[in-house]
Amino acid sequence: MNYYKDTFSENSKMAEVVISNPKLLLTLSRFGIELGFGDHSVKEVCDKAKVSPSFFLLICNLYSNSDFIPSQDDIRSVDAYTILSYLSESHKYYLEERLPHIELHLRRIVEDCPAKFCNTINRFFNEYKDEVESHFKYEEDVVFPYIKSLCNKTLSPNFSISEFKSNHSNIEDKLNDLMNILIKYLPANIFPKERIEISLDIMEVTSDLRSHTLVEERILVPFVEMMEA
Amino acid sequence: MKNNKILIVETSPLISSGLSSFFEGMNQFTVSAVVDNMEDLQDKMVIHNPDILIINPIMIGYYALNNFFKNLSQNYPNIHCVALVTTYIDKNILRYFKEIVELSDNKQKVVNKLINLLNNSDETTSQENIELSNREIDVLVSVAKGMTNKEISDLLSISVHTVITHRKNIVKKTGIKSVAGLTVYALLNNLVEESEIN
Repeated sequence: MNYYKDTFSENSKMAEVVISNPKLLLTLSRFGIELGFGDHSVKEVCDKAKVSPSFFLLICNLYSNSDFIPSQDDIRSVDAYTILSYLSESHKYYLEERLPHIELHLRRIVEDCPAKFCNTINRFFNEYKDEVESHFKYEEDVVFPYIKSLCNKTLSPNFSISEFKSNHSNIEDKLNDLMNILIKYLPANIFPKERIEISLDIMEVTSDLRSHTLVEERILVPFVEMMEA
Repeated sequence: MKNNKILIVETSPLISSGLSSFFEGMNQFTVSAVVDNMEDLQDKMVIHNPDILIINPIMIGYYALNNFFKNLSQNYPNIHCVALVTTYIDKNILRYFKEIVELSDNKQKVVNKLINLLNNSDETTSQENIELSNREIDVLVSVAKGMTNKEISDLLSISVHTVITHRKNIVKKTGIKSVAGLTVYALLNNLVEESEIN
């Protein structure tokens, strides 16, 4: 179901769109859209931020409905630089804001655990962080430059998006594992309040990462395939 | 394969003995008792503790249905209650039952219905059963130590296929998918020592 296109259009009020799905709040800064848009429409706010309103609505769709498959026309309307800068901003947000935040709280929680638990959980998180960093680094250093060169028609022949497609690993599962450990398996008396908070944080990041993966797999990949063809 | 005990509740001996004959000689099903009135039912339930109850809804009576199923789910939460339909029965009544056996069903059809009923419920009970089995713990410990499926299969003398099945069940039961996460789980539960994992 194309929920947002049915319900919201470029003329809808931006505030209504965002309030109807608060997860979209996270995407605003990635588009360079600032809050305080009063009663301005999606189109007005997007124009001001130099973002294509149709691309913004496309992201809204995907964030609101994980079954959403963009049409050929949707994909054709994508602008390479907008989507790449959107994805880079998301990467920055995870690496510079969310993961350090979770790490800080996690360290506090495990400090109180017996040493071997503390070591294992810290190591688990460090490994996860390394994995996410190298996952994003590969995209930033290999995939994105390839797409840019494709746009400039200075094609580097030793790469194609199908390579990215088949190597695209899942980075949400481990966060989900961490949440299970915190909720189900850590002894009851260890920082119960912080654990609830950090679990809520992890749920939010996991869901956002899932949507991020969808943006890459359902919009970026078909978009580049279209360019390659 | 488990032997499932069946209790049949039906007034007509022609129907009940016909139905009983379907299960003769089968390893999977045994008819442990046939009851032709509701007074005897309770006693027979206690004595036989059947897995499947095949009962004619007419015998329960429309107004007693609610109470009947309430008691049944309280006292026998795992029992499968199948309606034996010999005449027109309102579909509001049939809603209470997990499966329906009709006069026109042949032997194969009845057996298939019961097998499906048991299979579907096996999945739900195994999901509820959250404790890891001893074998699953063996596999989990090996996974935490960083062993491959092949190495685990050699160590425990089971096929790689069985190792994979155990691993799927471990993931289902713990909610943890990654090897790193399972290692943390094994440590938290004192199944392995820190020195044993690399």
